[in-house]
Amino acid sequence: MQDSLQSSYRQLEQKSKYTNIFLRWFLYLVLILFASYFIFPLYVMIVTSLKTMEEIRQGTLLTWPSSLNFDSWAVAWGGRGYGAGDTFLKPYFWNSIKMVVPAVFFSTFIGAMAGYVLTKWRFKGDKWVFLFLLFGCFIPYQAILLPMARTLGVLGISNSVIGLVLVHTVYGIPFTTLFFRNFYVSVPTELVKAARIDGAGFFKIFFKILLPISAPIIVVTVIWQFTQIWNDFLFGSTFSFGEAAPIQVALNNMVLSSTSVKEYNVDMASAIIAGIPTLIVYVLAGKYFIRGLTSGAVKG
Amino acid sequence: MFKWLEKNLPKIVMAPAVGLIGWFVYGFVLWTLYISFTNSKILPKYELWGFGQYEKLWASRKWLISVDNLLIFTALFLVFCIVIGIILAIFLDQKIRSEGLLRTIYLYPMALSFIVTGTAWKWILNPTLGIQKLFIDWGFENFTFDWLVNREMAIYTIVIAGVWQSAGFVMALFLAGLRSVEDEIVKAAKIDGAGIFTVYWKILLPMMRPVFFTSFVILVHISIKSYDLIVALTQGGPGISTTMPALYMTQTAFHKSQVGLSAASAMMMFMAVAAVIIPYLYSELRRENAR
Repeated sequence: MQDSLQSSYRQLEQKSKYTNIFLRWFLYLVLILFASYFIFPLYVMIVTSLKTMEEIRQGTLLTWPSSLNFDSWAVAWGGRGYGAGDTFLKPYFWNSIKMVVPAVFFSTFIGAMAGYVLTKWRFKGDKWVFLFLLFGCFIPYQAILLPMARTLGVLGISNSVIGLVLVHTVYGIPFTTLFFRNFYVSVPTELVKAARIDGAGFFKIFFKILLPISAPIIVVTVIWQFTQIWNDFLFGSTFSFGEAAPIQVALNNMVLSSTSVKEYNVDMASAIIAGIPTLIVYVLAGKYFIRGLTSGAVKG
Repeated sequence: MFKWLEKNLPKIVMAPAVGLIGWFVYGFVLWTLYISFTNSKILPKYELWGFGQYEKLWASRKWLISVDNLLIFTALFLVFCIVIGIILAIFLDQKIRSEGLLRTIYLYPMALSFIVTGTAWKWILNPTLGIQKLFIDWGFENFTFDWLVNREMAIYTIVIAGVWQSAGFVMALFLAGLRSVEDEIVKAAKIDGAGIFTVYWKILLPMMRPVFFTSFVILVHISIKSYDLIVALTQGGPGISTTMPALYMTQTAFHKSQVGLSAASAMMMFMAVAAVIIPYLYSELRRENAR
């Protein structure tokens, strides 16, 4: 009796072991299938950028290039060397750098200050001020494009990198404030109170107590802002379409210009060049990128 | 004087943020609202004109098509992103080998701009040398895949690219949600004889209600603002078959110079976003206060 019970139990266990193995395989199969779906466009981009147009016409999306040929990368970055109508990414890449660095710096700084005040120097109605700023994360930018275009015109900085720095700084503030506020909320206020009793002032407390422990949130904020501003197309294409255009606008213009035969290899090389800075940041600091995404992810 | 400065220093430091947002967000939205009630063409005019622009907007075939497209896109985008996101999150939650690598792969599209990925998808979906050729070379000789240039189907290519870009993000939200559930709850259920499917279906997924809500809000928000992806993939074409409100707004403002009409369309978008966001902010704030 005892024996038969035990053996039937063992049978059951055996059976569930098999279903478990089956489930496990199924699990990995699905995960790998999805992984290939996600990796597929990146693979196609890289492979295509290394082929000649002849190879592209003869092979398929997946065929491996016959040799590592970086010609289309050189064309995408530096052009073909003839004058008018030769668009290439190099100058616009630098435009984007010149736009991204100050915009990230200013918006992060203003957000850090705002987050500091909202949590450690609370005043009456500070909750409403936070809500007031927070709503700025969500507005569809179409509702501010027209007056912004006029304002930039009046200030004499439309179609310039400076104009874009202003735009990105301003519309980054709600996000940076949100990040810093949520981070400083969890820092014990007792620390600040004790320092205040010791006679430390507003800035001293910030620089001596809060700033030294802010490294993680600064990284999250800088990565978030960098990615958003580098990848922006709406503001760039509306306010800066000429010489001062950022790289995403230039990429789009390059791909759309239909002067001669479509060169898909150059298109793909350009797309990779435009995507590589944010991709590198993502690979190196993915953890912080995801943290920003899940805590402040509201931007489209 | 010095005392006053010291006392009000926090507010002074706060002032730039509040001032900039007050002017550039609230002031500008109000300006756009005002202009939407005027008969502005190339230059803004300031005498009021009533609801004329809104009547014109809702009588415009192009606007109606954009709204239709937005509804189709939003529905499919939501369903696919959430379903794929949940499947990936649950599967990744099973103590998978090389989970970190898989997560990185699922999420990297979020680091790229829609222009970059749109350019890639445009090449992949192009009917002559793209996917179609791949399948023909594999031996499916009559295979056609011309969605990108087909009026009826082009909108679905935007769904394909959009889901590809954002599904990983939903996965990240759900994975974080699942990981925050205490092990005891799952263990207790298993001791009571619940299988793995019951645990997820009856216990864990219902607990993820706030994550569903957040994903819903963010995805709807992304889809209302969709602009870059359409520009890169179809430019609203073929014809006007893939126009969406954001594209309608910029085209009306900057190509057709109908400032009043485009302001009206911008305000419609603003109201759509507000209808989703205000309840969300309200509930988030209540949750925070309850803590």
